[in-house]
Amino acid sequence: MSALIETTDLTKRYGAVTAVQDLDLQLKAGEVFGLLGPNGSGKTTTILMLLGLTEPTSGTARVMGLDPARKPLEVKRRVGYLPDSVGFYDELSGRENLAYVARLNGLRAREASPAIEQVLNRMGLGNDVGDRAVGAYSRGMRQRLGLAAILLKQVQIAILDEPTLGLDPEAAHEFLEMIRDLRAEGMVVMISSHLLHQVQAVCDRVGLFLKGKMVLEGTVEGLSESVLGGAFRIHVESRGQNVDAILRDVPSVAKVSAMGLNKYRLEAREDCRAAVSKRVIAAGAELLSLTLERPSLDEVYSRYFQEVRHDA
Amino acid sequence: MREGSPWTGLGAVVLKELADHLTSVRMRILEILMLLAALGAVYTATQEIRKTIGEDPFVFLKLFTTAQEPLPAFAAFLGFLIPLTAIALGFDAVNGEYNRRTMSLVLSQPIYRDALLLGKFLAGIGTIAITLTALWVLLTGLGLWFLGVAPSTEEVGRALLFLFATLAYAGVWLALAILFSAHFRQPATSALAALSVWLLFTVFWTIVTDLFAKGLYRADPNNPLAQLAQARIGLFVSRLSPNTLYAELLVAFLNPQVRSLGPILVTQLEGAVMGTPLPLFQSFLIAWPQIVALVGTVIALFIGAYVIFQRQEVRA
Repeated sequence: MSALIETTDLTKRYGAVTAVQDLDLQLKAGEVFGLLGPNGSGKTTTILMLLGLTEPTSGTARVMGLDPARKPLEVKRRVGYLPDSVGFYDELSGRENLAYVARLNGLRAREASPAIEQVLNRMGLGNDVGDRAVGAYSRGMRQRLGLAAILLKQVQIAILDEPTLGLDPEAAHEFLEMIRDLRAEGMVVMISSHLLHQVQAVCDRVGLFLKGKMVLEGTVEGLSESVLGGAFRIHVESRGQNVDAILRDVPSVAKVSAMGLNKYRLEAREDCRAAVSKRVIAAGAELLSLTLERPSLDEVYSRYFQEVRHDA
Repeated sequence: MREGSPWTGLGAVVLKELADHLTSVRMRILEILMLLAALGAVYTATQEIRKTIGEDPFVFLKLFTTAQEPLPAFAAFLGFLIPLTAIALGFDAVNGEYNRRTMSLVLSQPIYRDALLLGKFLAGIGTIAITLTALWVLLTGLGLWFLGVAPSTEEVGRALLFLFATLAYAGVWLALAILFSAHFRQPATSALAALSVWLLFTVFWTIVTDLFAKGLYRADPNNPLAQLAQARIGLFVSRLSPNTLYAELLVAFLNPQVRSLGPILVTQLEGAVMGTPLPLFQSFLIAWPQIVALVGTVIALFIGAYVIFQRQEVRA
């Protein structure tokens, strides 16, 4: 299967500033890709180049085989885009805003209106909510309206820029659930975000950006494996004598660090909780808690940059 | 380089903007103002015209130009209200989209920026055209009612040309307002900038004209040729203002007796029967340079706005 989105040596400079440098990216059908990194690391610029809204300085981009710099209309017809903190016409209702989007996409009013109802209902904005002026919408509702606008276009690729920024935890969770649903329907989703821990749960693959370069790319597990070394972290709370010696003796444990009174953190090459519990009990110590920590992208990120700084 | 028609989505933009304008409070206020101006001007004009009825073959055109103290004529009212309306419709055309953060939403749909900018311009002109046409019909109807005289075909033709000239004049201010809205980030700044230009031409341009004609060029009072040259300089400078061009168009279209818009020499009047009206087409020819200048200004200003807008980043 060929890549739906593909870039080769994509570079964008604004004067002396390089916003994106030599980006090689491939997105295949049915995956959710996370474009992650701090603000100003080139995520939005990359997206704008993919949509043909800004021209690359050098390199090429292909979206479904089309060059966005040459055929922006064709590309934009096939890609849905939810901009960073999307705005709508506040004095118009949600329904009217979608009707405008539909007309801009060349849909006739007769075809558009059942489609608008359908996407509004799906996003939980149906009936009288859709008739309210968007000015009265909450941030979460605006984001959902933005997603409705993408669904309305019936596209195969959706690009979401900071979709969970400014949402409360529950709304963010809800929104990510909707993204999962889209993926299940076979849509390719590209999410740009600096809230690593929020989006890591929905991404099949992620690319970490720093200063215009994609410095790491792969699955969340793969990245934590390669960056964090022993990918498994186990938190142990145990009372007894020489607990850290006992723990250090467990095979596959690479490192033990004390985290406070009776608390330890293990770095292990595999999930060795069973071995830990057996040994602690056998040595006569009390085992109070034992938890496996999921590797988090935040940690991968900060660890990676610590290393980079060390090397420099 | 790029492929696909720049007009894609133009209709959608025009329809949306037109609907916005026609339902906006901004436009309501201006409509009320224009309506009041029209009613007041026509009423006083008819009072004045009744006294002299039967003396003028173009009594209907007098509706637009007759003034009675303290009210100005309808045409003068329009010269004042049209720039205001056009600026009100255009001053936040581009920066308003940025401020509402709708720019990236709209531009990520399959349209070019061309369609967005042109759509906004056409919708503004359309709004003014609808309002003006309604006023024009109202005025004609009131004229029929008060004067009891039906307009001749030629008068209707001249009144239509007047309508067109007013639209071209509106286009200048609309294009200028859109240009400023693309250049300045704050709508308040762009509105103020457009209003300043309007003030410059409305209030201060006569001073500027005098400065150039009388201050910089000292004409010998005994030399008629030097005086003619001085008058021509003054005319040239004053015609740099769209207000002058519009006023000259009105004179040419609404006063059929006018045979020249500049200084005229006695020798050129040889054989002319003074006070006889010109045919419509001849009046049109007299006004042709002014029409070209106004429409050309609209196009130049729009191109300026287009260039500024094309170079802008989508991100606010």
